[in-house]
Amino acid sequence: MKTFPKGGVHPSDHKQASGSSIEVLPLPKSVCIHLSQHLGAPAEVIVARGDMVRVGQLIAKSAGFVSANIHSPVSGIVQKIEPAPDVTGFKKPAIFIDVQGDDWMDSIDRSADIVKTTELSPEEIIVRINEMGIVGMGGATFPSHVKISVPKGKKAEILIINGVECEPFLTSDHRLMLERGEQMLVGVKILMKALQVDKAVIGIEKNKPDAIGHLTGLCSAYPGIRVEPLKVKYPQGGEKQLIKAITGREVPSGKLPIDVGAVVHNVGTAFAVYEAVIKNKPLIERIVTLTGKSVKRTANFQVRIGTPITDLIEAVGGIPEDTGKVINGGPMMGRALPLLNVPVTKGTSGIVLIPENEANRREPMNCIRCGRCSAACPMGLEPYYLMSLGEAKRWDDMEQAHVMDCMECGSCSYTCPSGRPLLDFIRLGKNSVNRIIRSRNK
Amino acid sequence: MSANNLLTVSYSPHQYGSESVQLIMRRVLIALVPAFAVSLIFFGVGALVVTAIAVVSCMAFEYLIDRYFFKVKSTLWDCSAAVTGVLLAFNLPSNLPVWMIIMGSLVAIGVAKMSFGGLGKNPFNPALVGRVFLLISFPVQMTSWPKAIESRMAYLDATTGATPLAILKEGIKNGEPVSSLMNDLPGYGQMLIGNMGGSLGEISALALIIGGLYLIWKKVITWQIPVSVLATVALFTGILWMVDPSKYADPMFHLLTGGIILGAIFMATDMVTSPMTPVGQIIFGVGIGVITCLIRVFGAYPEGVSFSILIMNAFVPLIDKYVKTKRFGEEIKNG
Amino acid sequence: MNTVVITIISLSVIGVVSGFILYFVSQRFRVIEDPRIDEVEAVLPGANCGGCGYPGCRGFAENCVKAETLEYMFCPVGGNEGMMKVAEALGKAAVVQDPTVAVVRCSGSPDHRTRTARYDSAETCEIANSLYSGDTGCSFGCLGLGDCVKACAYDAMRMNQETNLPEVIDEKCISCGACVKACPKKIIELQKKNKKDRKIYISCVSHDKGAVAKKACSVVCIACGACVKACQFDAVTVENFLAHIDPAKCTLCRKCAAVCPTGSILEINFPPRKVKEVETTESDISAN
Repeated sequence: MKTFPKGGVHPSDHKQASGSSIEVLPLPKSVCIHLSQHLGAPAEVIVARGDMVRVGQLIAKSAGFVSANIHSPVSGIVQKIEPAPDVTGFKKPAIFIDVQGDDWMDSIDRSADIVKTTELSPEEIIVRINEMGIVGMGGATFPSHVKISVPKGKKAEILIINGVECEPFLTSDHRLMLERGEQMLVGVKILMKALQVDKAVIGIEKNKPDAIGHLTGLCSAYPGIRVEPLKVKYPQGGEKQLIKAITGREVPSGKLPIDVGAVVHNVGTAFAVYEAVIKNKPLIERIVTLTGKSVKRTANFQVRIGTPITDLIEAVGGIPEDTGKVINGGPMMGRALPLLNVPVTKGTSGIVLIPENEANRREPMNCIRCGRCSAACPMGLEPYYLMSLGEAKRWDDMEQAHVMDCMECGSCSYTCPSGRPLLDFIRLGKNSVNRIIRSRNK
Repeated sequence: MSANNLLTVSYSPHQYGSESVQLIMRRVLIALVPAFAVSLIFFGVGALVVTAIAVVSCMAFEYLIDRYFFKVKSTLWDCSAAVTGVLLAFNLPSNLPVWMIIMGSLVAIGVAKMSFGGLGKNPFNPALVGRVFLLISFPVQMTSWPKAIESRMAYLDATTGATPLAILKEGIKNGEPVSSLMNDLPGYGQMLIGNMGGSLGEISALALIIGGLYLIWKKVITWQIPVSVLATVALFTGILWMVDPSKYADPMFHLLTGGIILGAIFMATDMVTSPMTPVGQIIFGVGIGVITCLIRVFGAYPEGVSFSILIMNAFVPLIDKYVKTKRFGEEIKNG
Repeated sequence: MNTVVITIISLSVIGVVSGFILYFVSQRFRVIEDPRIDEVEAVLPGANCGGCGYPGCRGFAENCVKAETLEYMFCPVGGNEGMMKVAEALGKAAVVQDPTVAVVRCSGSPDHRTRTARYDSAETCEIANSLYSGDTGCSFGCLGLGDCVKACAYDAMRMNQETNLPEVIDEKCISCGACVKACPKKIIELQKKNKKDRKIYISCVSHDKGAVAKKACSVVCIACGACVKACQFDAVTVENFLAHIDPAKCTLCRKCAAVCPTGSILEINFPPRKVKEVETTESDISAN
């Protein structure tokens, strides 16, 4: 069974939510939509206080090539446009809408039948994806139209679909593949048309045998698309690791997947592409896993963007008494929330509630030079060395030691027996080196 | 939301592996149990006394230095002092006086470990530094080895004899051929079990190998260092033996006697003082093998493992600086 | 006798040969340096105290030559006169600086600012600041992890364990600016040193609107403007929901501190107010 050869760790799966089928969360009373739901420039507001909006209406325009449109996920009245805390606690510009009814734009096709072909040309598909505000749904939220606009001089040879979901606890991609597999495959076909490739491989980890079986069965009707089961190892879902496992090619340091002819998209993005191209529906809702060891029940909610997270927690019976940490995303790369009053964004893949007795880090000890961090790093870096450079603030040396290759997967901190905060200092180094590189290029 | 709970905010990852320093040290102690059992069988009271005193004094010194010298929290709970104590004891003869053992512990913990900053900061293996200090300061007591089984009930007044390696070295100096010397020494079967003279931990190759396999199974150590040390020793002595079997003993003899297996499996693999990368570890292991053989065959001492490991410890920073793992996506230089 | 002669001759020869080798090596490996560095070093006091923040007077001279402006270069021993000489030697604009001292502009101790989260990562402010807005409701306030204290090489800063805020020890501060650079929230400023170490400053850097800020901390600046009205010298302005005192115009009269409703304007090292003065002010207000 294929896998990536270098590094990786094996955290416990905790996939207790994989049996919960997708349920639609009732509409919230009000939504808060941040203008920066994606990588790149924040979108620019085009509505004003007091405006009536309908579901799917454009409320903020993309502010450049690497940016995305934002559409209203609800119908109602724009209450205010002012900074609101996001997952970091810092206040960022956001649009507040009071929800009234569920009135959709007429252009959106709300029927449930699955249409398997599109008449749009590749260029039109890319324009449609841009218009509908589709971004990477795996959590990185990179604007999708940028990824499938292949730059001149490069050629896409293979489309890889990321159904790996290597993060513990999260199951939204799993349920999507099981319950909306057909639509997702049509989305893959559309992406293949846009990229003008004839090969697509869906990578799925072995711990989802039902999804592998289901999609393999469906794929027989789609020439060019196949399913590749992969060994369970974190971070198999990382772009570069997935390309290496499926094609054997290594993306060179500092370069992009397109440089080895590969384009990688999440299964959720493929599904969103289907809805955008076939049903003319912009990205206004997504599947969010709500899980944890002590929640009363787990769930995979279909949620409108902008819904406060407290609504999701209430829907599973309220926050457990012993909760010590609430994570937006998965436990390996997700963000711990300082406050619960934050909304779901396009990149929210799950909310994990961690009990108090597991919420604390160990007391860090001296580095015992065991080398486990180096062995675990999927990018072949030396985290112990990068951390000591970071503590000494030697940013130039960190750049020489290729700290910018780090994908912040957390395998090093996960495996360190001394409990050292390796990734904290590596991140500090990356931020400082970024600043230095930007000032160098000015 | 419960009343008093504040949400904890930390950087990812929020899930951690189950390995801790204490777990690793405990596993090393478990791996040393077979060798300890053998030492009790063959050296009896002496083994018990030496090991107990070494462990207790190592732990005591670490506690005292931490609390009263550095004025920090004691780090005894990570069990590394206990491991140093056991490994130091395994390098000593079973009739070493108490005060010498305590001095050895003081040097091992105080000089070789704490003066560099505690666990993880020392460049040299602490147990070996303690042992070499004792060897050079008290050469007579450190080279009088109690006879196995005979000295079981005695401690300081045990009957002593030379180790097989010492007998070999003396005999070769006197011009006797190796084959006649081998007749006076225990057979390989006895050596494998441990029925011969030597320090507490080095006698039984079988017990040590069982411990080593346990450590490799539990992923505490990797195979690179033990295999490269032992293979190098076997190769080096094998070549010499094939050239002139009357002057040089065969590789099996060299592998089963002396502290080479103890050194290869437990001392050289100490993670603080060994290289970080697999290739670096192989270089380290080969170096240890070569230096050990040079000392054993051409040097003045009959045994050279302790010195060779300490010498190679000094090269570890250099090895770590120049031997790096291949990065993902590393561009092959093509001009 | 012979041995002595041989010794003397051989050592002398070794000495001469070594001298030649050293001379040639020093010529071959000579580092060409900007001659201005020597000129600047000549006008410096030569105390090599490190008060400027650079390694010795030569280090300071090198950096003066390299720097674009002399704005952040100041030798506390030579003072303004010394910097004038340096500016002359380099032909750069002289920056006259009044003696300054570091001031920490936050009073958000736990009894004023409630904790809303618990931090559990590497204990440095820079890392905490890149992770989240802080463990209280104020996203501008001090994080209390002590990067400024660690940055100070002159023991002039210490962390108050009860208030969890850093404190500047005025006598030791030489105004090198290391703490200013270390603070990721930009809470520390270098302010003009007044006589008797007196200070009046707004101990808050929050740009949140008044109501929002007040919910997070009880001693914030709520930008009510009372200080602006009270100041007779036009020294106080409010910009972006935060008051600002212009040191050039401030006469240390303390009227702004007296009227501040939240107590965010601090007056340090002043004699306690006379009771009569306070009563007069109150009756003034009630009369109006």
